[in-house]
Amino acid sequence: MEISKRKEKDVLVTSVSGRIDAVTAPEFEKNLMESIGAGEKILLLRMNQLEYISSAGLRSILAIAKVLKAKEGKLVFAGLQGPVKDVFKISGFGSIFTIYDNEEEALKQF
Amino acid sequence: MDDLSHIVVPAQLSSLQKSIDFVSSFSQKTGFDLKRTREVELCVEEVLVNIFHYAYPGTQGEVAISCRTDPGKSLLIEIEDAGIPFDILSAGEPDITANIDERQIGGLGIFFVRQLMDRVEYRRRDNKNVLSLLAKLPSGQEMKNS
Repeated sequence: MEISKRKEKDVLVTSVSGRIDAVTAPEFEKNLMESIGAGEKILLLRMNQLEYISSAGLRSILAIAKVLKAKEGKLVFAGLQGPVKDVFKISGFGSIFTIYDNEEEALKQF
Repeated sequence: MDDLSHIVVPAQLSSLQKSIDFVSSFSQKTGFDLKRTREVELCVEEVLVNIFHYAYPGTQGEVAISCRTDPGKSLLIEIEDAGIPFDILSAGEPDITANIDERQIGGLGIFFVRQLMDRVEYRRRDNKNVLSLLAKLPSGQEMKNS
């Protein structure tokens, strides 16, 4: 798993690639919690290159979303592919989160 | 012809990658496409992580994983542990419609297994937990891959 971040106005665009599984999920969660701790409020998770996510990854996403919500921030998603898209659909995450087709479309909203 | 193989790993998170690689190679041998292979990987991870966390409280143990492929047709995966008796299928279904505040993750892993595998069976054998997962090639793909 690799994470890269850049700022677009108020939005922290975070690209995550590879696999978020039970081994990598804690690192993923810690990385994003650090950004939130540093004051980031709007996170766009760009998942174009994410090939796999398990329930451990969803658990981390939910924890991040809860913290952001308490700070009146927001977590949105863009570019979900194949298996990741399916996992979001089956788990119901696809309907509790805002998901954009791509980054450009997401950034228009902020 | 059937192709059978198995591995035994310590029941700990550091065994996950090796276990997934093992099952994944059999998924490919079976002729599953990338999507189905990822689904198989997901289900095996969910079952294993559950065992790693709960089967051997306060002690070390092992997990045996066996794969039997019928190329072009199906893959049978058996996951066996000698930990505390636990039928993963007895877990309740998660509420997948709850909002962010109320949403819980518990039970989601086994929900994936139930949704994505064609057959899931739990039994006790020789004082061990044995979970078998059967994954079939999606209908319509059988001819192409056989």
